[in-house]
Amino acid sequence: MRHGKYRFIIGFLAIPVALYAVLVISPFIQDFQISLTDWSGLTPEKHYIGLDNYQKIIHNNLFWKALWHNVLMLLIVPIVTLALGLFFAFMLNVGGRRKGSASVAGVRGAGFYKIVYFFPQVLSVTVIAVLWEQIYNPDPDNGLLNSLLGDLGLSSLQQSWLGNPSIALACIMAVMVWANVGFYVVLFSAGMASIPAEIYEAALLDGANRIVTFFRVTLPLLRDTVATGWVYMGIIAMDGFAFVQLMSVNNGGPNETTDVVPLLLYKTAFRDNSQYGMAAAIGVAMLIVTLVFAVLTLRLSRRERIEF
Amino acid sequence: MTTETYEDAPGPADKAPSQALRKPGPDASAKHRWRGEGVVLNVFSHGFLIVWALMVAVPLLWAVWSSFKTSGDILSHPWSLPTHPHAGSWSRAWTKAHMSRYFINTVIVVGFSTVGTMLFGSMAAYVLARFEFFGNRFIYFLFVGGMAFPVVMVLVPLFFVTKNLGILNTLPGLILVYIAYSLPFTVFFMTSFFRTLPTSVAEAALVDGASHTRTFFQIMVPMARPGIISIGIFNVLGQWNQYLLPLVLNQGNTDKWVLTQGLADLSVQQGYQGDWSGLFAGLSIAMLPVLAVYIVFQRQVQAGLTAGAVK
Repeated sequence: MRHGKYRFIIGFLAIPVALYAVLVISPFIQDFQISLTDWSGLTPEKHYIGLDNYQKIIHNNLFWKALWHNVLMLLIVPIVTLALGLFFAFMLNVGGRRKGSASVAGVRGAGFYKIVYFFPQVLSVTVIAVLWEQIYNPDPDNGLLNSLLGDLGLSSLQQSWLGNPSIALACIMAVMVWANVGFYVVLFSAGMASIPAEIYEAALLDGANRIVTFFRVTLPLLRDTVATGWVYMGIIAMDGFAFVQLMSVNNGGPNETTDVVPLLLYKTAFRDNSQYGMAAAIGVAMLIVTLVFAVLTLRLSRRERIEF
Repeated sequence: MTTETYEDAPGPADKAPSQALRKPGPDASAKHRWRGEGVVLNVFSHGFLIVWALMVAVPLLWAVWSSFKTSGDILSHPWSLPTHPHAGSWSRAWTKAHMSRYFINTVIVVGFSTVGTMLFGSMAAYVLARFEFFGNRFIYFLFVGGMAFPVVMVLVPLFFVTKNLGILNTLPGLILVYIAYSLPFTVFFMTSFFRTLPTSVAEAALVDGASHTRTFFQIMVPMARPGIISIGIFNVLGQWNQYLLPLVLNQGNTDKWVLTQGLADLSVQQGYQGDWSGLFAGLSIAMLPVLAVYIVFQRQVQAGLTAGAVK
């Protein structure tokens, strides 16, 4: 059986490793190298300029603005999404009125809600962004949202939504929440389903109401799942590229109030005079921010496991 | 907190819960309390659940029913149902806006790249999970490390790597890139999946004289089918919905565009041409097939996508 083992291993690994090395690892390494050059589309050759690009980034207000928007997304979008996801999942799995001897039950129609809530998760970000761009249509009569407000007699609340610098970013974050809640409802539902019913029964007999049950029983037992969800949401919030690129006025506008780092990188490389060196340096900066986020998350979520 | 420690706690929890429930007395009143509180809270929570369901479903329905209206109708009455439903905008989007071509391109790219991802990902994962050899851990962590860094970061070098290989702006190029960037998660998940499968069957096959390759394809792959289906669904949806990679690596010829590019373009075009119903028809074309597949296979889709979040 030993015969041919290494030939088999090499045969099976050759293609995946080659593809991965050429298309993922080599660009990754090249990114550091390019970030040290002044390479632009105008000059075929690259000159090494040391850390100049990084220095420029540090003194570039646009970069800090874009990074701040990513940080805002990183703080607000996961908290709102996970909170809504937990609330809905609790209602669907535990929050129902008890019938007979069943001590843990979801509300009626829980299965239906779970299917509907998950809809945005299977749609592409492009579909969602284009659709919401229409919903946010600034015209008081055309836009779904504005005309709804008008019909409800709330004309004073009508907005140019994505065109209003003070709320444009919030509008985009709202769509990110809208798109992701369903995933966490399903994920947390699976987690809640694996909590033994006896624990709920015991809490019930102790006289705990649903709010207490949620905070004392469900949430502590779901810690791991919530931590995983947080990392996932963090990755989505660190990106934000497609939402902002497709929805925002003028690619990150109005007045750069919605710009995010990935979009800045894209514009620097492929729109504004092909500043490849600078774009690569922004990429490295992004990696650093992502690693900081990952380390912080691991630090915060490291606790002993709860077994049940 | 384990079940045991909870039951060790003093108080009514000491009793076997199912027995305690049948007894009248203070226990029953606790249950009643929950019920009483439940009425208000149920109305409250049901309200929230219904509102969210409407918030999810109404925009999607609105896009579909708007596609049957005329552009003028959409502008003057955004909320109304189509008075004279007509499908002209659908054929406009399908042929004049080339959504049919983008649709076929997407099917080709996602079809090949998903099959490739699952094939190469499973092959690598099987070897990494089941064989000890020098460099095993190194290769594994090389793959898994790819999950941690943002793809957007390598856009510039990736653009030039594909350009130098002559696969920039080609469908095969897009397929290879999709496969490469889907490998980290696929290898990560399938490696742990292959580890959970019993070794005895494969060993018996080897004793019987089957080659390693044959053992893999005829015994291990069928055994690993649940994992392959889960991660396959995960990859199909992820690649079907990919926007960033085609935007950068497939920007040349519009003939090669995929659905997400076509839709983004349609959204920009509509701003100039005012063809709103065409845009909504395009949205519906991009949206309805995926939703239909999801509704039919919702259990598998939910399991496949959330499998990605369970470590």
